[in-house]
Amino acid sequence: MQTEAISLLKKTPLNCAQKDLGAKMVDFHGWELPLYFESIIKEHEAVRTRCGVFDVSHMGRLKIEGPSALELLERTNANSVGSLKPGESLYSHVLNSSGGIIDDLIVSCLSPNHYYAVVNASRLESDKAWIIKNNTHGASVIDESAQTAMLAVQGPKAEDVLELLEFKEAKTLPRFGAVRTKILNRDALITRTGYTGEDGFEIIVSAQEARAIWLGLISNGVAPCGLASRDTLRLEAGLLLYGQDMNEEISSLEAGCAWLVKFEKDFIGKDAFLKQKQEGLKRRLYGVKLSDQGVPRPGNEVFLGDKKIGALTSATFSPTLKTGIGFAYLPADVKTGDDIFVLVHGRKITAKAGPLQFYKGKIHA
Amino acid sequence: MPKNEECRYLKSHEWSYLDGAEAVVGISDHAQKEITDIVFVEMPKVGKQVSAGQAVATVESVKAAFDIYSPLSGEICAVNPEVSKDPSIVNKEPLDRGWLFRLKSARKEEFSSLMDWQQYQEFIKTQKH
Repeated sequence: MQTEAISLLKKTPLNCAQKDLGAKMVDFHGWELPLYFESIIKEHEAVRTRCGVFDVSHMGRLKIEGPSALELLERTNANSVGSLKPGESLYSHVLNSSGGIIDDLIVSCLSPNHYYAVVNASRLESDKAWIIKNNTHGASVIDESAQTAMLAVQGPKAEDVLELLEFKEAKTLPRFGAVRTKILNRDALITRTGYTGEDGFEIIVSAQEARAIWLGLISNGVAPCGLASRDTLRLEAGLLLYGQDMNEEISSLEAGCAWLVKFEKDFIGKDAFLKQKQEGLKRRLYGVKLSDQGVPRPGNEVFLGDKKIGALTSATFSPTLKTGIGFAYLPADVKTGDDIFVLVHGRKITAKAGPLQFYKGKIHA
Repeated sequence: MPKNEECRYLKSHEWSYLDGAEAVVGISDHAQKEITDIVFVEMPKVGKQVSAGQAVATVESVKAAFDIYSPLSGEICAVNPEVSKDPSIVNKEPLDRGWLFRLKSARKEEFSSLMDWQQYQEFIKTQKH
């Protein structure tokens, strides 16, 4: 039974290469992906101190091109895609008309009229439907997800490793830079981005070339990493996960992402944000750090005194801080440093409400 | 330090062996490998009366929590302070330094009804896909 169920899952071009290394596979939104290889903590530490690689080929990749591409992206994004020069990327949210988050994504400008968007695997179809619905001026929207693969190489040694693999802009590409280049003599689109709180790169290559890049990385000592360490790393770094920390009922302002909302331009969702700003937020996302032993999990309830004030949307044991951490939507009048409680296995554990970011890496300027 | 052969096992992968009038309980090497990266163990309270098959402790890895069942009835008379301080000991030495708790007035007949080492090995084989 189990074998049959697994065979229905979508596989990335690196599925076999990862199983060869003993990956423990799981079903992630219909994709068969590695949860971890040998140890979640070792993978986490490899990224914090050296370098690790994640297969993120399941993510959606969209090419948006043509004279009206910018207009389409500006209207559907809260962040200012129009401020991008060729070779630059930014993090943004796509919103519905009530200001709810349809997806979070990275948009790169490759050249005037040529944009590239990397979106969540679970949201690709919703994103496409929304973008196509709003594509009133005939921009070309091409889904490149199936014919490409994507690798995230993350950690303080990522730059050195990619230089060894003949990526010539490894030392010079700035944070959030994007370049069409070569790696191991193969065509690639490389951005200096990631989801771990460390320096790192995301490499998009054709599906056929993915295995060669993967093997090149592994043979140079890069640790293969799975979804579990990706989750602990992003949580420590204060980075949100769509479906857990964001959804169509939550606004960018509530999600602690007001910094990316550009009110000086027009975009779908702006009116809802202006209203929310004027009325004041009722709830917002907080970082929650346990003061005592215990491992918090998503769904654990959060209390202020005896009153339930929310629940954890994401939570884990932090391998770097050696304590439980998480995110929760709490009433906006909760103050940083307020004593709260998290109910874990029926036990109330004291915790502090605070900022989302628990760990700050040395991110390349 | 017990040998595998001196222990008896539960299908939920706890081991137990008799040390004089007391029984010592932990999780098997097979279990620690499956759980990986143990970061927290919630121990039972000393003095608690437990019955065989009762969930009495929780072992947590980064990704999930696992209930630990008592192989025997009795009274919890000690929990391992070393493991409370550094739970990764259970990964490193599941059979000796990684013991979880001790029971007093455990019943011998319950012990002999548990799987022996050979039966447990056979049982693990049937669990593999």
